[in-house]
Amino acid sequence: MTVQTVTPKRRFRGKPRGRELDPATLDALRRLLGDERERPELARRDLLIEHLHVLQDARGHLSLADLRALAAYMNLPMAAVYETATFYAHFDVVHDDQAPPPAITVRVCDSLSCQLAGAASLQDALEAGADPARVRVLRAPCMGRCDVAPVVEVGHRHVSHATQEAVEAVVDTGHFHPEAILWQRIEAYREAGGYRLLADCRAGKVSVERLMQTLEAANLRGLGGAGFPTFKKWHFVRAEAGPRYCAINADEGEPGTFKDRHYLEREPHRFLEGALVSAWAVEAEALYLYLRDEYPGLHRVLHEAIAELEAAGLVAPGYIVMRRGAGAYICGEESAMIESLEGKPGKPRHRPPFVAQRGLFDRPTLVNNVETVYWIPTIWARGAAWFADQGRHGRKGLRSLSVSGRVKRPGVHLAPAGITLGELIEEYCDGMPEGHTLAAYLPGGASGGILPASKADIPLDFDTLQAEGCFIGSAAIIVLSDQDDLRAAATNLLAFFADESCGQCTPCRVGTEKMLTLLEGDTWQAADLERLSRVMMDASICGLGQAAPNPVLGLLRDFRDELAAQNVIVKG
Amino acid sequence: MTTHQGVNESFTLTLDGVDVSAQPGETLWQVAKRAGETIPHLCFKDAYGYRADGNCRACMVEVEGERALAASCLREARPGMVVKSASSERARTAREGVMELLVADQPDREAGPDRSSHFWDMADQLAIDVDAVRQWLPRREEREAPTVHHVPDRAASPVHDRSHSAMAVNLDACIECNLCVRACREVQVNDVIGLANRGAASKIVFDFDDPMGDSTCVACGECVQACPTGALMPATLVDEVGRGDSAAADRQVDSVCPYCGVGCQLTYHIKDEEILHVSGRDGPSNHNRLCVKGRFGFDYPRHPSRLTTPLIRKPGVPKGLDPAFDPAARTTHFREASWDEALDLAAKGLVDLKAAHGPDALAGFGSAKCSNEEAWLFQKLVRTGFGSNHVDHCTRLCHASSVAALMECIGSGAVTASFMQALEADVVILTGCNPAVNHPVAATFFKQAAKQGTRIIIIDPRGQALGAYAHQTLRFTPGADVALFNAMLNVIVTEELYDEAYIREHTEGFEALKEHVRDLTPEAMAESCGVPAEAIREVAREYANAERAMIFWGMGISQHVHGTDNARCLISLALACGHTGRPGTGLHPLRGQNNVQGASDAGMIPMVLPDYQPVGDAQVRAAFEELWATSLEERPGLTVVEIMDAIAAGTIKGMYILGENPAMSDPDLAHARASLARLEHLVVQDLFVTETAQFADVILPASAWPEKDGSVTNTNRQVQLGRQAMPLPGEARPDWWIIQEIARRFGLAWDYDHPRAVFAEMTRGMPSLDHITWERLEREQSVTYPCPADDAPGADVVFSEAFPTASGKAKFSPTLPLPPDEPVDRDYPTVLTTGRQLEHWHTGSMTRRARVLDDLEPEAVASLAPGELRRLGLAPGESVSITTRRGEITLRTRVDPGMAEGMVFVPFCYAEAAANVLTNPALDPYGKIPEFKYAACRLAPAAVEALI
Repeated sequence: MTVQTVTPKRRFRGKPRGRELDPATLDALRRLLGDERERPELARRDLLIEHLHVLQDARGHLSLADLRALAAYMNLPMAAVYETATFYAHFDVVHDDQAPPPAITVRVCDSLSCQLAGAASLQDALEAGADPARVRVLRAPCMGRCDVAPVVEVGHRHVSHATQEAVEAVVDTGHFHPEAILWQRIEAYREAGGYRLLADCRAGKVSVERLMQTLEAANLRGLGGAGFPTFKKWHFVRAEAGPRYCAINADEGEPGTFKDRHYLEREPHRFLEGALVSAWAVEAEALYLYLRDEYPGLHRVLHEAIAELEAAGLVAPGYIVMRRGAGAYICGEESAMIESLEGKPGKPRHRPPFVAQRGLFDRPTLVNNVETVYWIPTIWARGAAWFADQGRHGRKGLRSLSVSGRVKRPGVHLAPAGITLGELIEEYCDGMPEGHTLAAYLPGGASGGILPASKADIPLDFDTLQAEGCFIGSAAIIVLSDQDDLRAAATNLLAFFADESCGQCTPCRVGTEKMLTLLEGDTWQAADLERLSRVMMDASICGLGQAAPNPVLGLLRDFRDELAAQNVIVKG
Repeated sequence: MTTHQGVNESFTLTLDGVDVSAQPGETLWQVAKRAGETIPHLCFKDAYGYRADGNCRACMVEVEGERALAASCLREARPGMVVKSASSERARTAREGVMELLVADQPDREAGPDRSSHFWDMADQLAIDVDAVRQWLPRREEREAPTVHHVPDRAASPVHDRSHSAMAVNLDACIECNLCVRACREVQVNDVIGLANRGAASKIVFDFDDPMGDSTCVACGECVQACPTGALMPATLVDEVGRGDSAAADRQVDSVCPYCGVGCQLTYHIKDEEILHVSGRDGPSNHNRLCVKGRFGFDYPRHPSRLTTPLIRKPGVPKGLDPAFDPAARTTHFREASWDEALDLAAKGLVDLKAAHGPDALAGFGSAKCSNEEAWLFQKLVRTGFGSNHVDHCTRLCHASSVAALMECIGSGAVTASFMQALEADVVILTGCNPAVNHPVAATFFKQAAKQGTRIIIIDPRGQALGAYAHQTLRFTPGADVALFNAMLNVIVTEELYDEAYIREHTEGFEALKEHVRDLTPEAMAESCGVPAEAIREVAREYANAERAMIFWGMGISQHVHGTDNARCLISLALACGHTGRPGTGLHPLRGQNNVQGASDAGMIPMVLPDYQPVGDAQVRAAFEELWATSLEERPGLTVVEIMDAIAAGTIKGMYILGENPAMSDPDLAHARASLARLEHLVVQDLFVTETAQFADVILPASAWPEKDGSVTNTNRQVQLGRQAMPLPGEARPDWWIIQEIARRFGLAWDYDHPRAVFAEMTRGMPSLDHITWERLEREQSVTYPCPADDAPGADVVFSEAFPTASGKAKFSPTLPLPPDEPVDRDYPTVLTTGRQLEHWHTGSMTRRARVLDDLEPEAVASLAPGELRRLGLAPGESVSITTRRGEITLRTRVDPGMAEGMVFVPFCYAEAAANVLTNPALDPYGKIPEFKYAACRLAPAAVEALI
């Protein structure tokens, strides 16, 4: 040997660097997904999450051997596959040193509404009673069924008003498919005049301009939460050079919100007509539907509804592309949703450019919420005035309020925009349950802030709550009573934000976690919490981090006495 | 939404109440910087090629009319914008708040991996009081419950990862700014690092959160250079308990990399007169990037076996490779001597042989590892001292055939365009080259081009890492290159895809070529190429129809008996399609060694004087006779392999070998080594007792690259300066000084006092160096030749108007497919091909003595396709014997799905299993280059297993 070295030789490799590809695993993957050598489109990057779903569904988890094969299949770097697989809560990446999860997954919703209904003790009981070799019990964010809290999902089957006994009974039946949904089929919808607007648009009987004027007059605004005037959004997208896309955000994840599910389960075709009209309005190359994975029953409904449309010749096969979320609240943010549609972790993009300028596949993209487009056929049929004239207290239009928490009749209540909480509880919710007195309410889900009972007379709508440091967002109203623990509510909300933060920017990634830890303490330093809130609101990239401090600031502003009564010492 | 600004029309905005000007495309951060304020930044790296990501939020500014603050690193300046930075209380709170959030979870500065990190600089700039932060912000580890529920803890994923010998991973200092991800994914395009999970569980990972040392990491170290916190650090800067300091060096010296022909500019960080670590500089060919060799292969000059005194062979010790010899304990075979004694003895042996047998008894091998000045002096010594043209170097073994074809067809042996031009090309053909391994930083340009939409076409028998970025890959049968390229030419001719106007104005001989390739259809060639005819057609069309296309090639093209024909074909392709002389077009043989271009330019070639001027040309000779005040031999000298043959034949009896290692690098080593042993007098000048030096009578301890000044010329024709960064050890001397001392003992009155004096002389003999002076190189760091004026940049793309031929036109040179010299047969059914590895360079004399490189690739290895291994009944790592008609070696195997079946690849840097024992010395008739890329061999499981 000629060369002597100072270190012992230790790194001989009998293989190329990094994890080896197992040809048999790749073959198995091809049997599952199709052969990408014959159909190269199967290796398109934007299909990554879809492929991960197929693997997760088939194997119950994602092994590294499978992920390695998938990286080869898609010609993606391992790191890129891993980033996406580990971002989403519904993928179980199992390392070589970890055991695969048990066959049955029980998810207990831990959103505020379910927590008010006793989800925490339910989870404890389920965990204590489960055989860990067979069942794992996980907490999960809002399942969009807050009107029937507490909610538990066994496999894909949801259990409403869940009790330990009811959940264990479902576990024992072995039926984990989504519960059946009765929905309006295409024939019924067409008989009632459905798809006439779409036909008229396509036939040139309705011009885009007229439709946009109607939406403007109706004051239709983005009902996903931002409230941006719909006609204006169309206008911006249309101003950009094609090709363009249309993407519908059905990632309804704001805790307390279930209105999109409500409409989709009943009238999917009314929604699809609105979506197709929107796509037509911007001359979209394709219409993408991004549906949250927490709505597995709807996944089937929409698949079937789209199949009906295609069979009826109303839409070209493949024009509507269904995509499944994978357990990430942040994908309700439109640019995060677009990242997710492209098969990536759902990390919001910086603006500018706006998605209307550079969205899906870097093309101008119209992103609308489910409910927003759902109203389009109705507004056209009944006239702009019908919609606009419905408001109260000087507001215009209708709002679908998802009401949960301490009311007698929770649910989606279609009410005039501008209705006050007091009116809502009285007129639509049959009042508060016995023994409960209104103490506080969340006007816009987890992120919309918190208001005291003394402010139950403010009109609820876009633009009306700013002065209170709140917003209506997706109109998820969670009602709290004097029986409820305010710190528990605050930590519940911050734990949610910290869990769902994409982790991209410092104020949100670190700030939500630090805020949570501070709130868990017995003494709250108001100055520290306010300073941290300021940083998060001013410097976070997207609405998640910007809005996360809202409930904390609300409590510091309006609930000092109540906190003191609940033994939370607020200093400063 | 977009403003209607002229391309370079500056505009005004208000920053902190003052009107400032900005250029379109500038960010607010850049505008502020020009205005004198460096806004705090962590995730933004103010360096070439780094995209601003705006995630750390340390650089927030207030933009009038906007609800939230904006990240200045990302936000483009617009006319009339009103921006508050230093004057914004909100911005200050946000910046401080962000730093405080990050500081809260940092290890203590003195206990952390980099007490001088950019992160702590920024904390200082914002006057963050660490103790106060820890008062109010709870640390992450205080949390008991998980924050992000779906990410389970993993015991096997430690915070401190020391699995890589070059880099220390300290994730406790990580701030998830993803600069390393951008470094790995976007800058070097190695695609190893990712940012996994989400929220507070976000984590930097290698592949699938594997230990760095087990991942696909190629150790380019870009991440280490980018990391602002020390979470990723050069291992040499961190102690056993994880404390480190990136500012530990005493001083920095700017230089260039001593390895491949890319010519990366780098900075040596020196502590206690030794190299502590290396960082990349913003040179034109590397833009701060380096590869594993350049960044981590720096410690060879201080290896224990480094020569520090002249050595003289002990009486009675036979010349040859003694397996018991230890280069670190060399006095078993040699005795130490003074310089005077060694130089006298070295020179006398040569002088005496010349006196007794005439000038043809002597020959010299210089080296492309040395500087331009050393190459110049060496060939001048041979020509004016030895009195012959028997001077050659490793260019003969790498691109001699390419140069022959280029000289013949376009009148110039250098590249027509830099590899940076790939970024301008629509189509790039890479053939017979493996840039990710052999020209890693050039490969970054190809990968970036591919990401921008350039269609990369790889034509090679072996698969390679760049395949992941390729639009199309043609893996053809080894040795069928000429057939394949002719079939492409046939498509271009028959489908009339050629550029008629270009051919008319710039070329001659196209009609003959047309006629020549008429029958060489893809269908006729497909079988011998092992590629479907339609694939050949597609690739030909893709190349011909591109607006701008380039061809890059390496030794897979040149190292064949038909190497010159291969290169002729590639030149014909470019000429037929008009793909030279414009941005994004050109012909580029990727040069192998740091100075193979410069050493060739300087005339270290037996048939030409400097600048490729034929020695047989009396006019040329006369000019140099005047310059050097001596007469010159008119007969061309012998080439590398011919010299070895001449020794065997007894005509050459004495040699002076500077930095070359023919006892490893020549084909058919048994023959080459026998020749070396036969020499009556051999003087070797090197850093170590190389395999060749073991045959020497006198060994002269020379200078390593970081120990001397000198210029080098890279593959892009960029002349760059290397600077002395550390002292010579012991009695070692600069090479130029040693050559001069030998010259003086040949009676030559040389009196150079520094390489700059040599460079001045070179500029008088080499028109290629017009307008390039030593002072200019010192000032500008890099000057491309040809250069039109003292104050103008050189030409990145040449031959736009005319070629440097008599007619000004380029020539088509038709070729016919020829089989390899030694086709496979029943007895030797497998193709042996040889080359380099990422970690090891040339014969390994330097890289195998670099700690990190040796650790990463410690021993000889044969790469085989999985099926081939199965056929042999071998598991990966088990040993195989490879036998050719010339010899046998035994080494361990590596399974490599990129290998074709029926083929084995062996790197030639391992003395213990020297691939060149096996290779075929048959020469290309024009370039005189051996067929290193094809020998018929036989594989068998090795009888005795050397187990781990």
